[in-house]
Amino acid sequence: MGTSWSAEARAAAGAAALLAAALAGCAAQPALRGTGDLGIVVERASGSLLVVDTTARRVLHRVTGLGDLSHASAVFSRDGRYAFVFGRDGGLSKVDLLTGRVVARRVQAGNSIGGAIGQRGELVAVSNYEPGGVRVFDARTLEPVADIPARGADGRPSRVVGLVDAPGRRFVFSLFDAGEIWIAEMDPDPRRPRITRIRGVGRQPYDALITPDGRWYLAGLFGEDGVALVDLWHPERGARRILAGYGRGERRLPVYKMPHLEGWAVAGTRAFLPAVGRHEVLVVDTVGWREVGRVRVHGQPVFVEARPDGRQVWVNFAFPDNDTVQVIDTETLRVVRTLRPGRGVLHMEFTPRGEAVWVSVRDEDRVVVYDTGTFEPLARLRARSPSGIFFTARAGRIGL
Amino acid sequence: MPRRFSVCAAALLAAAVGTAAAAPPPERAAELARLVRNDCGACHGLRLKGGLGPPLTPQALAGKPVELLVATVLEGRAGTPMPPWKPFLTEEEARWIVEGLRRGDFLER
Repeated sequence: MGTSWSAEARAAAGAAALLAAALAGCAAQPALRGTGDLGIVVERASGSLLVVDTTARRVLHRVTGLGDLSHASAVFSRDGRYAFVFGRDGGLSKVDLLTGRVVARRVQAGNSIGGAIGQRGELVAVSNYEPGGVRVFDARTLEPVADIPARGADGRPSRVVGLVDAPGRRFVFSLFDAGEIWIAEMDPDPRRPRITRIRGVGRQPYDALITPDGRWYLAGLFGEDGVALVDLWHPERGARRILAGYGRGERRLPVYKMPHLEGWAVAGTRAFLPAVGRHEVLVVDTVGWREVGRVRVHGQPVFVEARPDGRQVWVNFAFPDNDTVQVIDTETLRVVRTLRPGRGVLHMEFTPRGEAVWVSVRDEDRVVVYDTGTFEPLARLRARSPSGIFFTARAGRIGL
Repeated sequence: MPRRFSVCAAALLAAAVGTAAAAPPPERAAELARLVRNDCGACHGLRLKGGLGPPLTPQALAGKPVELLVATVLEGRAGTPMPPWKPFLTEEEARWIVEGLRRGDFLER
């Protein structure tokens, strides 16, 4: 009897405590919602970012105090709640999309260029120019886990670009100055990564990408025409040169903005890559890795991105043609639409299933959302000097 | 305010030494300042502290001859990604940019 009474009392007290906790929590906890349709827009000049809702097409939060965000990029935690933002000044910030708060921040180097989150979601790696190398952090706390200084065969430090995550708990990256590709295995002990060095891959790899299946790593070369290709199923085979001399016999134009390879553009068995110093997009067969075509475009391509279904490829351009975006039909390899969103088009990001694309227009201080079927603008959002746009669908993709 | 001051300072300096670049009209000056931050900044960093390209801060440029820097801006530098900006800038404008960089005019305050 007494026992049952006291059990009831305990239950009641427990319920009251729970209720109190829930009430107290209301103030601090964000409303329940998923993050699958959220993303961020980097505001490069003001060191801030916008958390956006791609369903309502509106801004949820502005997050400030993120340092120098020129050339900033972001990856997401596997639950899609947190963005890890890589700033130019070496700042690594972890932002809670639901509350719009910076939950952790660390200035980890003097000058950095991008990053990746590991397959298990517990490690975040950052590639740095100064000091050249890769640093790896605990994704929960941003505490340092490993430091991988990058030095070429001659012992000189090298800037690091094209850092991606690969299956098998690996990070892969390229050494711009040394012309090498390194694979860092985080197993068995992430504090002591095992490094595989692939030397002599070509002059000045400037950026890289990994195929959606995580097998092929492609580093674009700036110092020569061509792309270095590594089969991550067989890294022991080293790097192979593809598209060597794609500009043979042609004068290369000066490059006013480095192209990016982050936006992997693949449609069926064709990949689309920016040609360096040319007004062309290269089309490559992903089975034999041979060039199968070229698409003449408006300017020097910067981002070449496939709509998720692979039917269209959207391209933006380097200065002075950066007011334009073109759409390539991947079946006919023809430009089917030329859009002029405004001066300073810096980035494009598709919604997860590709019905819309968000385009940042730096000099107009806005983001324009286009319907990819009709090419009509669906919305315009105010943003200060917007650059990179990153949606949480990236959380589930290999490489990012 | 700082911009107006530096433009004045540049004009005064030009008058005093006779070698400095004349400041472009205000609208063009604003356009050039944007170009420096955004387009030079694409490689040298929005805050010009360096990236793929070296830093363009006053400290980094101190001791480098103005003529060499002007030539680099106009002609680019072979063997590096630095392109020639000649199609978009006059020599006078390149000189004005170089002098501005050396004074830190384009850095955010």
